[in-house]
Amino acid sequence: MTGRRYSVAPAGRPAEFPPAALERIEKILARYPTKQAALLPVLWVAQETWGWISREAAEEVARILDLPAAHVAGVLTFYTMYNLEPVGRHLLQFCTSISCHLAGAEGLVEHCRNRLGIDLGGTTPDGKFTMVEVECIAGCDRAPSMMVNDAYHEPMDLASLDALLGSLP
Amino acid sequence: MTFEPVLTARIGRDRSQSIDTYVADGGYEALRKVLGGDWTPEAVTEEVKKSGLRGRGGAGFPTGVKWGFVPKDTKGKPVYLLCNADESEPGTFKDRLLMEKDPHQMIEGQIISAYALKSRTSYVYIRGEFFHGARVLDRAIAEAYEKGFLGENILGSGFSHDITVHRGAGAYICGEETGLIESLEGKRGQPRIKPPFPAVFGVFGAPTIVNNVETLCCVTHVMKRGAEWFAKIGRNEKNTGPKLYCLSGHVNRPGVYEAPMGLPMKDLLFGDAFGRGMKDGRTVKAVIPGGASAAMLTAEEIEDCPLDFDGLAAKKSMLGSAAIIVMNEDTCIVDAARNLAKFFSHESCGQCTPCREGTPWLHRVLDRIESGEGRAEDVDLLEKISNQMANGMTICVFADAAIAPVLSSIGKFRDEYRYHVENRRCLVGSRASVEATA
Ligand SMILES: Cc1cc2nc3c(=O)[nH]c(=O)nc-3n(C[C@H](O)[C@H](O)[C@H](O)COP(=O)(O)O)c2cc1C
Ligand code: SF4
Ligand code: FES
Repeated sequence: MTGRRYSVAPAGRPAEFPPAALERIEKILARYPTKQAALLPVLWVAQETWGWISREAAEEVARILDLPAAHVAGVLTFYTMYNLEPVGRHLLQFCTSISCHLAGAEGLVEHCRNRLGIDLGGTTPDGKFTMVEVECIAGCDRAPSMMVNDAYHEPMDLASLDALLGSLP
Repeated sequence: MTFEPVLTARIGRDRSQSIDTYVADGGYEALRKVLGGDWTPEAVTEEVKKSGLRGRGGAGFPTGVKWGFVPKDTKGKPVYLLCNADESEPGTFKDRLLMEKDPHQMIEGQIISAYALKSRTSYVYIRGEFFHGARVLDRAIAEAYEKGFLGENILGSGFSHDITVHRGAGAYICGEETGLIESLEGKRGQPRIKPPFPAVFGVFGAPTIVNNVETLCCVTHVMKRGAEWFAKIGRNEKNTGPKLYCLSGHVNRPGVYEAPMGLPMKDLLFGDAFGRGMKDGRTVKAVIPGGASAAMLTAEEIEDCPLDFDGLAAKKSMLGSAAIIVMNEDTCIVDAARNLAKFFSHESCGQCTPCREGTPWLHRVLDRIESGEGRAEDVDLLEKISNQMANGMTICVFADAAIAPVLSSIGKFRDEYRYHVENRRCLVGSRASVEATA
């Protein structure tokens, strides 16, 4: 089930949005009839600000939107794209849904795992890469499809994956 | 008669996203016409009804009829229009193309639809992974405001409308319209019990209409060229208009193809203008015609199979999101079913016990059959679990979708399941290897 992550990790320091982020949040709030409806967009602002959403960040969002912290935590754990702990500089997202599966996506995952020495969900010790499996990302005609952070890379094979991993800073 | 592409006509054009090229190609003419004084909102709805347009999001419900469900007297409440751009059904990638390449086609349709619904505010609920699509839309919407196609008193008509792009954050179930509504309200995207239906009680407790990206694009052309023109395209009067098909899997040329509704499946797979046949000269073993949620068809069943709502219903499957996934003779059906079951197990929203417990159970049983550890009673067990999840035992139809690949693959390839259990291995070469792509 979607909400299979249960906890939001603490960062150990308070989260305060920088002024530019607060301005964006003001603009977001103006587009909705309720404060709660701004929750997903404001969580995106939080993730763009810190790269992940800590317990402190979630509490700050709850404060700004007048929501119970438990509600924010419930939402955070439901959606898979919010990072509940720090992730590597490059988030490698491999699609293994049906069309990519038929094109051998698992072979790519296996290859990447061996090359980086980490498992799905893991991050390399230097903090460069995190690799995860995702469900269909609408790139099925160019299977196997993958994303690195917010960009698509498709179609992939072992050689293009090697080239990609080698080229990322 | 040769078919001129409608929805994809501008896709290859240079700077197809910009409002200048869109207007130069006759864009926003439909909106000017509709707001020009001769069209009441009711007349627009009537025109859409007459066109025979059925929703492109999956269910195929007649669009104009759905709009008609909004109460005449909304008791002072606003009406919301939500564009469903969550596109997450495995095998589907048409809305991504429409939004990334020709955003104004959709925006124009959305403004016209809003006018028909007397809606002041609409949202585009776009899946979180479409970072690029969301940026393209944001820019296009800003252009539309600048040119006076959005905002206060559009083109001096007295009609005002605002559109906001709202990004999801990774959850297939937010494509189900009430899951989408919950998500837009800032909650977990868990579908609602119906009734009440969204047209009466939707987002923020107000009347709400949810329409797919492609549906809204079609509205633009219905109003530009007329319902009669639209209704003439397609196999028959119940299956009208141009349609985008998402072709993927073991064909030579996967991609998005536009054709009149009701294109024969064989043409899509083998036609020169489309898939150009099976990769490496293999033969067809099975085809999923409408995304992960649709029952599989055998090679025999696709012989005479129009790709439209009624053509596929007649085969006890569905057009769904028009995601046609082709599997060749080397594909292990149990492996494919296991992959689909993994998807549904991952994406169940968890509200209903049969779905929350049933989807991972199906996945576990399929996994053990595929891994050569199946038990004699496992195939019956899969059917038993499925039957307990079906037929209104759950809040939404996700559970019915989850069992479709399981039941159809067992029904049509029972021998292959039996072979796995008896011989503890696959009948054909098992999983796809990445070498297939190398
Ligand atoms: C589990 C599930 C997932 C769905 N996902 C989508 C989707 O990603 N996009 C979409 O347009 N419709 C999706 N739908 C269909 C919507 O509920 C709704 O019927 C549709 O958006 C209505 O628009 P239309 O009438 O224009 O087709 C889904 C339905 C279900 C049950
Ligand atoms: S059927 Fe499944 S996805 Fe739909 S509401 Fe119930 S648990 Fe959620
Ligand atoms: S199945 Fe991988 S992108 Fe659709």
